[in-house]
Amino acid sequence: MSAERSPEKIEIVEKYSRWVRYTHWLNVPFLFIMIWSGLLIYWANDEYVRMPQWLAQALFLDHRLAEGLGWHFAIMWFYTFNGVVYSFYLFISGEWREIVPLKRSFRDAIDVVKHDLKLTGELPPQPGKINGAQRFAYTGALVLGVFSVITGIAIYKPVQVQWLTEALGGYRAARLEHFIIMNLFCLFILAHLLQVFRAGWANLRGMIAGFDEVSGSSTSARESNAENARAAEAIKRGENL
Amino acid sequence: MKKHLVSREDLQRRLFRSVVAGFVFITFALGTFLTIRYGPLDRKLPVALRKAQSFNEKVAAELANPERPAPCKEAPPKGTPPRVNGLIGLRDDVDGDTYRVIVDSGAKHFEMTIDEMMKLPRTEAVNDFKCVEGWTAVIQYAGVKFKDFMKIKGVGLREDGTPYPYVGLETPDKKYYVSLDSKSMMSDDTVIAWEMNGAELEVENGYPFRLIIPSKYGIKNLKRIGRIFFSDERPPDYWNKRGYDWFSGL
Repeated sequence: MSAERSPEKIEIVEKYSRWVRYTHWLNVPFLFIMIWSGLLIYWANDEYVRMPQWLAQALFLDHRLAEGLGWHFAIMWFYTFNGVVYSFYLFISGEWREIVPLKRSFRDAIDVVKHDLKLTGELPPQPGKINGAQRFAYTGALVLGVFSVITGIAIYKPVQVQWLTEALGGYRAARLEHFIIMNLFCLFILAHLLQVFRAGWANLRGMIAGFDEVSGSSTSARESNAENARAAEAIKRGENL
Repeated sequence: MKKHLVSREDLQRRLFRSVVAGFVFITFALGTFLTIRYGPLDRKLPVALRKAQSFNEKVAAELANPERPAPCKEAPPKGTPPRVNGLIGLRDDVDGDTYRVIVDSGAKHFEMTIDEMMKLPRTEAVNDFKCVEGWTAVIQYAGVKFKDFMKIKGVGLREDGTPYPYVGLETPDKKYYVSLDSKSMMSDDTVIAWEMNGAELEVENGYPFRLIIPSKYGIKNLKRIGRIFFSDERPPDYWNKRGYDWFSGL
């Protein structure tokens, strides 16, 4: 209605669909609680990286094993279910093509990192919604999610699924793997937050409202670049660049 | 990517809706967390988390086999002292000559001496012992299978021949006590043990008898068995009262 009266029209692209946005934001509290309650559990046997008593006390992580177990084994269902919904959506919609690294992504990722560290000025052309570094990061996060659940099951029911626990190298190995995954998740979150902060509002708005302005200076707007458009077309045709 | 033209007003309306939805979500998520975290407790744990434990127990009842034996391991060198992690219920002195294990099953009530218990068929196993804290230790242990004990002593069945659903164990001073589901107690590697790592049990490891049930966390592996009883009701459990999961099945 107001669209006709408005003199100014803005060209937008639909960047992130509802499914991606909802599962993304739901994952925030779920993953946070999994990490926090996991630390409450880890405190009781801090065998890989020692958690000094002063640190545990400062972060309120000490003497709360029962509480940690309680939260961990309640939220695990929501965390896993949400991740399954996200994975299914990516698969069914074909949007996984926008996430997985392409042949060129490795080179792109290095260029993006160089650019972001202010070593070089040029960003590589970007086929699709996200850049090469993002492709690695988001696919990596999904892989971490899958393995967090698998290693988690292996140490949650090591007698019932002993084949799985043994396949992961035994109970102690699986517990260490679960711990390493948590650390990698923390690294991912740190880098992710840093980059989101750097990229600014137009980028964050894509994950909140779903759209991005084409005329703006935001990332996906660079798709108007002819080379990017050609690359995007190729992806649509299913070619692996 | 789909491109289309929209008016600035429409775009701002769309953004406004999403931001509001975001704040509603944050409020809802934080509210839910705080309500659970600072709401009523059930045995020292938020009620909602207790409900999750009951749910997990139901899932385990559907999917798990409580009698599945734990994977066998290579025995530790003979005489390796087993790790000691708690001394609750072990403070009194033990006199082997006068020690009695009390057994209660329905109308049946009797006491067993150490010799009587050790005459029961001996079995031996090597398994991973897992503490709820997260550490593990491979242990060798020997004793009588709990299911052999039940069969030979004729306990654990109601008058109609069906098994009692729960087994309770307590130390002689009743300061440590556990309760378990009978199904898990029927596993071949659930043992009333009098030997660990090739040596007689030390006092701090539960002399004269302790429970070894590798399909449960260590908190259920009661040391110094003073009484064994069977029940229709779930008997109290020391660590369950202190916030831990009752089932604690691995």
